Amino acid sequence: MLSLLLDQYNYAVVIILMMTGLYVVFASRNLIKKLVGLSIFQTSVFLLYITIGKVSGGQPPIVESHGSDHANSETLLFASIGEVDSVAQSSSEVLYSNPLPHVLILTAIVVGVATLAIGLSLVVRVREVYGTIEEDKIEEYDRIYYKEILERQ
Amino acid sequence: MSFMPLFPQWIFEQGPAFLIVLPLLMGAIIAILPNRSMAWWFTFFVTLICTYTAFGLFQHIYFDSFLLYTMGGWAPPHGISLIVDGLSAPILLLISVMAMLTVIYALPASISEIEPKKRGPFYAAFLICFAGLMGMVITGDAFNVFVFLEVSSISTYALVAMGAARDRRSLAAAYNYLIMGSIGATFFVIGLGFLFMETGTLNMAEMSAILSDLDGGTRVSKVGYGFIVVGLGLKIAMFPLHTWLPRAYAYAPTKITIFLASTATKAAIYLLLRFTFTVFDPSFDYISIMLKYLIVGAAVVGMVFASFQAIFQSDVRRVLAYSSVAQVGYILLGIGIATSSGLAAGYLHLLNHAIIKGCLFISVGAFWYRFGITRVDDFSGLFKTMPLTMGAFTLGGLSLIGVPFTAGFVSKVKLILAAAEQEMWWAVLVIVFSSVLAIVYIGRIIMAAYFGSPPKINGSTFTKNEAPFMMLFPMWALGLMSIAIGLNAFGIGDTFVSASEIAASVLLGGRG
Amino acid sequence: MELTNELALLLLLLIPLIAGGLIPLFSNRPNIREAITFLSGILLLLNVFFLLSAINSGAKPELHLFTFAGNFDVRLELEPLGAIFAAIASSLWIVNSVFTLGYMRGNKEKNQTRFFGLVAIAIFGAMGIAASANLITLFIFYEVLTISTFPLVTHKGDLKAKRGGTIYALVLMGTSLMFLLPAILGTHIVAGHSDFVVGGIFPSGTSNFTTSILLLLFVFGIGKAALMPMHFWLPNAMVAPTPVSALLHAVAVVKAGVFSVLKITIFIFGEAVMADMNMSTCLSWVAAITIVLASIIALRKDNLKARLAYSTVSQLAYITFAAMLATPAAFIGGALQIVMHAWGKITLFMCAGAIYTIAHRTEISKLDGLGRTMPWVFGAFLVASISIIGIPPMGGSWPKYFLIVGALESGKGILTAALVLSSILNIVYLIPISIRAFLKTPTDILIDNSLIEVRKKNIWVIIPPVISAAGAFILFFYVGSIVDFLQPVISVGE
Repeated sequence: MLSLLLDQYNYAVVIILMMTGLYVVFASRNLIKKLVGLSIFQTSVFLLYITIGKVSGGQPPIVESHGSDHANSETLLFASIGEVDSVAQSSSEVLYSNPLPHVLILTAIVVGVATLAIGLSLVVRVREVYGTIEEDKIEEYDRIYYKEILERQ
Repeated sequence: MSFMPLFPQWIFEQGPAFLIVLPLLMGAIIAILPNRSMAWWFTFFVTLICTYTAFGLFQHIYFDSFLLYTMGGWAPPHGISLIVDGLSAPILLLISVMAMLTVIYALPASISEIEPKKRGPFYAAFLICFAGLMGMVITGDAFNVFVFLEVSSISTYALVAMGAARDRRSLAAAYNYLIMGSIGATFFVIGLGFLFMETGTLNMAEMSAILSDLDGGTRVSKVGYGFIVVGLGLKIAMFPLHTWLPRAYAYAPTKITIFLASTATKAAIYLLLRFTFTVFDPSFDYISIMLKYLIVGAAVVGMVFASFQAIFQSDVRRVLAYSSVAQVGYILLGIGIATSSGLAAGYLHLLNHAIIKGCLFISVGAFWYRFGITRVDDFSGLFKTMPLTMGAFTLGGLSLIGVPFTAGFVSKVKLILAAAEQEMWWAVLVIVFSSVLAIVYIGRIIMAAYFGSPPKINGSTFTKNEAPFMMLFPMWALGLMSIAIGLNAFGIGDTFVSASEIAASVLLGGRG
Repeated sequence: MELTNELALLLLLLIPLIAGGLIPLFSNRPNIREAITFLSGILLLLNVFFLLSAINSGAKPELHLFTFAGNFDVRLELEPLGAIFAAIASSLWIVNSVFTLGYMRGNKEKNQTRFFGLVAIAIFGAMGIAASANLITLFIFYEVLTISTFPLVTHKGDLKAKRGGTIYALVLMGTSLMFLLPAILGTHIVAGHSDFVVGGIFPSGTSNFTTSILLLLFVFGIGKAALMPMHFWLPNAMVAPTPVSALLHAVAVVKAGVFSVLKITIFIFGEAVMADMNMSTCLSWVAAITIVLASIIALRKDNLKARLAYSTVSQLAYITFAAMLATPAAFIGGALQIVMHAWGKITLFMCAGAIYTIAHRTEISKLDGLGRTMPWVFGAFLVASISIIGIPPMGGSWPKYFLIVGALESGKGILTAALVLSSILNIVYLIPISIRAFLKTPTDILIDNSLIEVRKKNIWVIIPPVISAAGAFILFFYVGSIVDFLQPVISVGE
C-alpha cells in the first residue's frame, strides 16, 4: 500500500490538494478564504491532468523544419496514455508528448482565473455594501435589515 | 408543416457555428457601444436571428437528417465537431425563443432594475451567457462542453450579482452560486479527466465507440461517470445539490431569473442525457444502477421535499424556485425510468416546464415592476389591479399543477403512464402526491390574489395598473402556448410530443 | 343549416360556454346579462330535447374534439344515461337561474356577473361530463367543473368562505389527482383504451386484484360523489350563498360525481365484473354506512343548510350503493335517484334560500310558525321532503323501490335494512321542519307578520321551489318512460 502511494505520489498529492481545497471552501466563513480554497481545489485538477499527460522521455510535439520532415512525419507517434512503456524506442522513431492534456489544463487555468476574477470583484462589491467579508456577519446584517423593512410596513 | 424553403442553404451549412459565434461577437461589441438603447436593439436582433437559425436547424432535423459541423474544417476526433440532432435541436430552439422573449420583457424591466451605465454590459453578459448555453447544447466535444459550461456559468454569476441594485442579498447569492457552481464544474472536469484517461479522446462520438468496445470500461470510467453526474447534478439543481437555486433565482434581476429558470437547468439536463445515453450506455451495469437508484432516488426525494419547502415560503420567487427544483425532479424521474416512454415523457416535461416557468416568472417580474411586491401576503387583490398579468400567472399555475387542457397535464399523464408501464407504482404515487402539493402552494398565491382588497400604500388603494405591453406579450405568448399544447391546437401539442419521442429514440438508438 | 346530431352535440357544449364568455361583457347591463342566461338555458334545454328524441329513435350522436399526447382522444358520445343527466342539469339550470335572480336581487349580493358567468362554465363542465365518450374526456370536464365552481363557493370572500373554498379545492382536486387520475391511466393500460362500452371494457383475463384496486381508486377518487370519508367538503361548501348550494347539490357538482360512479360501473367495469368482485360488496357496505351515518349526523344539525348538506351525503350514497350492487334493478334505481333527488333537493335548498332572503333565519329552531307567513315555501318544502323520504306519490319513491329490489336480487338483502333505517331517519329530520312551521306558534308574531310585506317583494325566490316541487311530483308518473329510455344501456328484465 505504502509503496503504491510512494509510486503514485502525484495522485496522492492531487487527492490531498483536492480535499484541502474543498475543506477550506466549506469550513471557512471568510469570503476570500473560500476563494483561496476554491483555487487550491482547482489546482489539484491541473495537477491531475499534468500527471496523466506525462510521458516519460517524450519530446515536445514540434514538427521540425523541412529536411527531416518526411522521416519524422512518418514516424510521428502520439503517445497514448498508458502505453508509455510499450512504445518501441527505435532510433528512427521519436516519442512525442501528447499536447492535448496540456491544452486542457491551460483552458482550465484560464477558466479558473476568470472565476477568481469574478469572485474577487463580487467580494469587493460585498465589502462596499456590507462593510465586512465575514459570511456570518453578512447573514446577520441581512436578517436585521430585512426584519426592519418588514416591521416598517 | 415544412418551412424548409424559407431558409437559405447556408443556414444549414454554417448554422451551428453561427449560433455560437454571433452572440459571442455581438456581446463583445455591445459591451462597448456608446448608446444604451442601441444595446437593447442589438440584443433583440441577435436573439431574433438566432431563433430563426435554430428554427431552421430544427426543421432540418425534422424533415432531413442530423447535422454535423466541423469547426475550422478539422475532422473529428482531432477537431471539434458540433452536432445538431433530434436531442439538441428542440433545446436550441427553446433557448433561443426564451432568450428572445426575455429580451422583449427586459426593455421595461431593465430600466427599472439596472443602473443606466450598467445596462450595456448587462446585455453583453446576457449574450455571452446565451452563447455559452447554446454552445453547451450544440457541441460534440466533451471538453468544449466544460468550456461553454463555464462561459455560461461565469456570466451568470455576474448577471445574478447585478440584482444588487434591487435587493442587496443578490451579492451573497451570486457568490454562493459562484462557489458551488465552480465546484460543480471542477467535478465535471475531473470526471472528464478520468474519461480521457480511459478513452484517450475528447470527441463524444469517439468516446462512445471506445467505451462500448471496452464494454463499459474499467473502474476509471465508472469513477469518471460518477464525478460527471455530481458535477452536472449541481447545475441541474438535482436534490440535494440544489441549495444555490432558491436564493439565486429570488434575488437576481427578474429577467435573469426568467432566463435561468427556463434554460440553464434544461441545458444541463441535456448534458446529463448526452453523457448517460450517448457517451455511456444504459446497458453498462453501473449506468443502469446509477439511473435506477441514484437519479430516480434523487428525483423522487426532490419532488416531495422541494414541494413541501415551496409551501412554506413567504416570498413568491422562492416558492417558484423550490417548485423548479421539484419539477426538475419530474424530469429526472422520467430519465431515470430510461425506457423510451420514460425518456420521452421526461424530455416533454423539460420543454413544457421551461414554457410554464417562463410564464410564471415573467408575471412575477411584472408584479415587481408595477408594485414592488414579492411576498405572497402582498398579493392580495392583484386580480383587480392587474387582471391580465394575474390571468397569465393563473394559466401558468394551473399548468404547473397539471390541470387538463394545459401542457402540464400532458407531460404528467405521459410520465404516469411511463412509470406505470414499468410497474413503479410508488413513483406514480409520488407524482400525484407532489401535484397535490403543487395545488397547495400555487393555490395559496392565487387565493391571496383573488380575495382581499388591494393593499393601501400611503393611504390610497392601488388602482388598476396593468403591466406594460412588452411584459404582457411574452407572458401571454407563453401562457397561450401552454394551453395550445394542452389542447393540441394547430397540432402544436403533437409537434412537442413527437419531438420528445424522436429525442428518446436518439438517446436509446442511433442518431435521429 | 340543418341541425344534425353532431351539431346538436357540439352545441350542448358551446351554448353554456359562449354564455359564460358573453356574460362578463355585459356586467353593466344586468337585464341583458340575465337575458343571456335565460336564453342560453332555454336553448340548451331545447337542444337536449332534440338529442333525447334522437337517442330515443336509436341514434348515437358522437363527436371527436381533439387528440393529445398521441393516443388520448377527447371525444363526445351521448347515450341514454348521459342524456338524462344532461336533461336534469339543463332544466334545473333554468330553475336555479330564476331563483338566483330573486336571491341576488333580494339580498343585494355583489359580483353577480362573476356568479352567472361561472355558473355557465360549470354547466359547460357538466354537459361535458354527461356527453363524454371515454374516461379521459370525463376527467377533463370533471376538473373544469371543480375549477369553475371554486370561485362560486368562495363567493362571499370572507375568511370562512376562504376556508370552505380551500377544503373544497383540496379535497376535490386532491382526490381527483391522487386517485382518479391513476385509476383512469391504470384502466387505460389494462384495457388498452378508456372508452365507455356497455358491459365493461376489461379483458376477460383481468385479475380480481387489479379490478378491485381500480374500483377502490375510482370510487374514492370521485370526490364529488361524497362517499365517506371524502364527504367533508360538502358541509364545508355551505359557506356559499344558497343558489350555489342549490347548484352544487342538485344541478351539477354532486350529480356529476355520482353520475360518473354509475357510468364507470356500468360502462367500464360492467355488471359481470362487478358481481365477481368482493370489493364491490365492501364498497356497498361503505355506502350503506354512509347512508345511515350521514342521516344520523343530519339529525343533530340545527343549521338548515348543514342538515340538508348531510342529507345530500346520505342520498348520494344511495346511488353509490346502487352502483356497487350492480344489478339492472339497482342501476335503474341509481339512475332514477339521480333524477328524483335532483328535483327534490333543489326544492329544499331553494326553500332554505327563500327563508333566508325573506326572514333572515338559518336555524331550524327558529322556524316555528313561519309556515303561516310563507305557506307556499313550506308547502314546497313538505312535498320535497316526502319525495326525499320516498313515499308515493312523490317521485322519490321509485328509486327506493328499485334499490330494494336490486339489493334483494344481488343477495345482499341485509343492506335493505340500511335503506329502511335511513328512510325513518329522513322522516325524523325532514318532516318536523315543515310540521313545526305550520302547526307551532311563532316566537314573535309581530315580526312574522311584518315579513308578509317582504315576501310580496321577493316573489321570485318563492316561485322556483314551488315549480321544482311540482316537478318532483309529476316525475312520479314518468318513471316508466325513463326506464324504457334507459333500455339500451340498462336492460331490466321485467
